[in-house]
Amino acid sequence: MIAVELFKLVRRPRTWISILLLCALPVAVAIFIAVTHLAPPPGQGGAFLSAVVQDGSLFPAAALALVLPVFLPVAVALVAGDSIAGEAAVGTLRYLLIRPVGRTRLLAAKLVTVIVYVLLAVVSVTLTSYITGVALFGSAPPEAVGRPGSLQAGIPTGGVQAGGSATSLSGARLTIMQLIERIGGAVALITVSMLGVAAIALFLSTLTDSVLGAAFGALAALVGSEVLVTLNAAAAIQPYLPTRYWLAWIDFFRQPVFWRDIQRGFGIQAVYVAVFLAAAWANFSTKDVTA
Amino acid sequence: MIVTRSLTKQYGAVLAVDSVDLDVRPGDRYGLLGPNGSGKTTLVRMLLGLVYATKGEIEVLGKPVPRRVSEILPEVGALVEEPAAYPHLSGRANLRLFDAAGPGGRRRDRRKRVDDALEQVGLGGIDRRPVRAYSLGMRQRLGLAAALVRRPRLLVLDEPGNGLDPRGIKDFRQLLIDLNAVGTTVFLSSHLLGEVELLCTRVGVLDRGRLVLQQDLAELQAPTGRVIVESPDVSRAVALLDGRVEARTEATMVVRHDDPAALNARLVGAGIRVTAMTAHHLSLEEIVLGLTGAGSDQVSGNHRPAAGPGGSEAVQ
Repeated sequence: MIAVELFKLVRRPRTWISILLLCALPVAVAIFIAVTHLAPPPGQGGAFLSAVVQDGSLFPAAALALVLPVFLPVAVALVAGDSIAGEAAVGTLRYLLIRPVGRTRLLAAKLVTVIVYVLLAVVSVTLTSYITGVALFGSAPPEAVGRPGSLQAGIPTGGVQAGGSATSLSGARLTIMQLIERIGGAVALITVSMLGVAAIALFLSTLTDSVLGAAFGALAALVGSEVLVTLNAAAAIQPYLPTRYWLAWIDFFRQPVFWRDIQRGFGIQAVYVAVFLAAAWANFSTKDVTA
Repeated sequence: MIVTRSLTKQYGAVLAVDSVDLDVRPGDRYGLLGPNGSGKTTLVRMLLGLVYATKGEIEVLGKPVPRRVSEILPEVGALVEEPAAYPHLSGRANLRLFDAAGPGGRRRDRRKRVDDALEQVGLGGIDRRPVRAYSLGMRQRLGLAAALVRRPRLLVLDEPGNGLDPRGIKDFRQLLIDLNAVGTTVFLSSHLLGEVELLCTRVGVLDRGRLVLQQDLAELQAPTGRVIVESPDVSRAVALLDGRVEARTEATMVVRHDDPAALNARLVGAGIRVTAMTAHHLSLEEIVLGLTGAGSDQVSGNHRPAAGPGGSEAVQ
């Protein structure tokens, strides 16, 4: 069943169009900056953007920061929201179930498919933006220009290196290996954050036969969370909001790595994933399929 | 093959299926009839484990539903309401995909089974066009092919004739009769009475969730003891038969008589010309309309009687 779902994923034009668009945005940004040399000054604009002019190999981080707030969650919510509701809407859900595909099995296969899609999207963005960054900005300018970021504002600046090492946000130098590890860590945290989104959308997808209803429901939850995260009066619940630690992956680029928020980010997403998957399973395995 | 005991499904305040005791025997061609909204589709969905019963038991192929559907359904082919397929893939790709999705469909002979099923429903020469471009009739044929891919012991078909033209319906009827002859039990729901009359050996009639009739069609359609006679000499015949004529028009009459041959001999012996003569059978339409009320899609202003032909226009 998992193989069938993966086949459906790769045969679906939507999968590739959405990933193409996700990759295209950072590329467009890189081209604009390369042509005009008007990178945002340190401390303003997108995270890492001021640094990439000096070091293209940091561009994956900047690209992830560009797609993370809106585009990535929208794409993930659509794919996850489509998983059950989409089958119900075209009527194929009942034919899968009487094939028979067990309900738990179907849900598991859908989950694996969503995970694969998220990984595919995040890794595609990382790779294309690395290639773009290095091609447009080079990877190793001779002199280091990095400086400690303005971390209080939550918008870090990056810096550079000489001879195959990047400079961390804290100014210390990172080797290429360290850089790869840290980008890997960032990809992992972002993927897990997106799985939180996916779990909410998957749960809603078992409630309704409308793909848009499920996808927008999940997005509404995220927007609501974003609003509360910036609201001081909501400080009491902020540690439990799904988007609270979304930007914690930036801490991978500090020296030494600032683990506190990263760990909390992984933790809170694990809880969201577990709770919403359990709810999705409980609802789907007991519901009357009338679609 | 299919046995239910006081099967009941309640949606909120609506009793969709009400204490149904269905009995479909091996080898039957069973037709489930009833007006729109009488609970046919809900019943079919419960048999397949899609909808869970509120009360009662279901046994399909001798095993309980929904507990053991994973063992039952690989041997069942089904069409539930409209057929469905992934619109961006071809019909063939759809059948292979569904076959690969569950148990009981071996990969080794998948290609052949899919091709055979397409051949059976008259789509053998189908090209690689996506299902999106299929006509209604082609989609229906594809849905039937999907039900046949694993050569099931039991076919459960909900409104299988939808979207087919008269020739398609005839081909399909013949296909079901042929499959039944080699051992496939056929259970279908329909509101096309004429179709069921031509195809089925046994019928069940649902009316507002209750099974109001379940019997062999041959018994239901046994001669009624009346003979319909066409003759240019109706007036003389009425005089001769003396009170046995129940109804008459210019050139036909309905005679109460058990033996059409003897009746014929008597009329001809008296010099009465007979142009046609048939033993009277109840049509399925008369039987079903007499048992069921109006369908749920009919909303009339004045309140109609609970049952009877007067309230049955919704049944086609």
